[in-house]
Amino acid sequence: MTTVSRRKLIATGLAASAGASGLAVAARLAQKYGLVPPDHGGIYGLGETLTYASQRLLTRHSLAREFSASQISPRPFPNELDPPTEEFKRHQAAGFVDWRLSVGGMVAQPTSFSIADLKGCPSRSHITELACEEGWSYIAEWIGVPLSHVLSLVGVLPQARYIFYLSMEPNTWDSIDMADALHPQTLLCYAMNGNELPVPHGGPLRMRLPRQVGYKNKKFITRLTVTDNVKAFGKGLGCIDAEYGYAWYAGI
Amino acid sequence: MATFGSAQLPAEASAPSQASTAQPTKLAPRHSALVRVTHWITTLCFFALLLSGSEIVISHPRFYWGETGTVLTKPLFQLPVPSSRKLVPTGYGYVLPDQNGWSRALHFEAAWIAVLTGLLFVISGLVTRHFRKDLVPSKADLSWRALLTHVSKPLRFEPPSAAEAFSYNGLQRLTYLFVIFILFPLVIWSGLALSLGFASAFPWCVTLLGGRQSARTIHLFVSLALVLFLFVHVAMVCLAGFWSRTAAMITGRTGGRKEHT
Repeated sequence: MTTVSRRKLIATGLAASAGASGLAVAARLAQKYGLVPPDHGGIYGLGETLTYASQRLLTRHSLAREFSASQISPRPFPNELDPPTEEFKRHQAAGFVDWRLSVGGMVAQPTSFSIADLKGCPSRSHITELACEEGWSYIAEWIGVPLSHVLSLVGVLPQARYIFYLSMEPNTWDSIDMADALHPQTLLCYAMNGNELPVPHGGPLRMRLPRQVGYKNKKFITRLTVTDNVKAFGKGLGCIDAEYGYAWYAGI
Repeated sequence: MATFGSAQLPAEASAPSQASTAQPTKLAPRHSALVRVTHWITTLCFFALLLSGSEIVISHPRFYWGETGTVLTKPLFQLPVPSSRKLVPTGYGYVLPDQNGWSRALHFEAAWIAVLTGLLFVISGLVTRHFRKDLVPSKADLSWRALLTHVSKPLRFEPPSAAEAFSYNGLQRLTYLFVIFILFPLVIWSGLALSLGFASAFPWCVTLLGGRQSARTIHLFVSLALVLFLFVHVAMVCLAGFWSRTAAMITGRTGGRKEHT
C-alpha cells in the first residue's frame, strides 16, 4: 500500500490550483484576443478552440498556397446543389442584371452593389486549390473583388468582429472573423478561369476563402452583415453548418 | 540466449525517491505512472481517431497522387466500400448517412489530445532516459539470429520468457521506436498537411509530401500501418498473458513480482 505523505498532498494541491487558475487566465486572454470561436461549447469545444486559437496565432497573415496556370484542373468539380429557387431562376433568366449584394450592419454607409458595380472595383485573382472537407480538391483561377475593398467602401465601424454572409439558397449563411475578412486572398468571386463564374460553382457571386475548406466558400451571396454579436444569428454558433455539427472555423 | 542481455530487472531505478520509505528491496514499477497514463490516453484517442477517420474516408473513398483529385479525375485506387455522398460512384445502390460533422470534430479533438500527450511522453522519456534505458536495443539484441527468434517464437505460439515480463526484447524495442519516432510523426505531419490554414503558414509540409492528395494517401497508409501495429501488439499481449500484461500497464506491477517478494 502506498502512503500519501503530507508534503506530497500539499504539493499536489498547489499544483492543481495553479493549473486551474492558469487555465482561467488562459481562457480570459483567449477571449480578449479573439481566440475563441462562436461554437466553443459542447464536448468538441476544446478541440475547436485549440484549432482556431493556434491557427489565428500562426496564420493571421499567411497566404494560401498559389499555383501556376499550368496546374489549373481541366475539369473543376462543382459539388451537388439543391434545385434552384424560383427567385434564383428569374435572376438567372435575366442574366443576373438585377442581382444585388447589400452590405449593412455596423457600417458607416449601408450600400447595395450590382454585379457590374463589383466588376468596376479593382479586381484580384489567385490560382488556388478548393479543398472539400470530404477529401477531394481541384485548382482554379478565382477572380473577384477583395472583400476588404468592399468593406472599406462602406466604412466598417471599429467595434466590428464578424462578417456574416448570406446566400440566396434557403437556410444558407455563414460568418468569418475580421482576420479572414481583411485577408488579401478573401474574394467576392464573380469569375473563374477567365470566364463568368458558372452557376454550379456559385455564380454570379461566391465567397472565396482559400484558407478554409469548401463549405465556408458559400455560393450565391446576396447580403453581408457586419456585426460584433454572433448570438443574433440562428443558434448563435456563427454559421448554419454548426447547427448540424460542422465546425464554424474550417481551416483544418 | 543472446537476448537475455537486455533483460535486467529494473532493480535500483526507483531507489532515490523511495529511500525514505524503508523498503530498500522494493522494485520499480514495470511501467512508470506517466507511461501508464499516456498509454491509455493514447489508446482512447487512437480508437476515436480510427472511428472518425473511417467515417471521413467513406465520404470520399477514392485516393489520388499529386496535388488534386475529384470524382472527375482518375483515382490511384478506390476502397471497395459504400460512400456517404451521392456523387461518388461506388457500385453500391445506396448512400450512407453523412456523419462528417461530428467525425471531423472528434478527429481533431482526439488528435490534439494525442499530440499533447505524445509530447509529454517524448519529453519525459528523454528526461528520465526511458528511451535509452528501456527502448534502445543493445548490440546483442540487433543480431539477425536474436531478432528472428522473436519472430519465430510467437509464430509457434510460444509465450515469452519470464524475463520479458520486466524488459522488452530487441524486436519489441525496434518496433516501439519505429512507431514512436517514425509512424506517429508521419501521421501527424501528413494530417497537418491537410489543414489549409496550417499549410498556408508552412507550405513545405505539403510540397515535401508531393501535394495535398499525396498527403491524404500517405495519411491513410500510415494509419493502416498503425492499425497493423495495434493488431500485432494486442496479439503479443494475449500470447504473453493478456491479464498480467494489461494489469502491469494499469497498476505498474507485474504478475511475476509476487513470487519474488
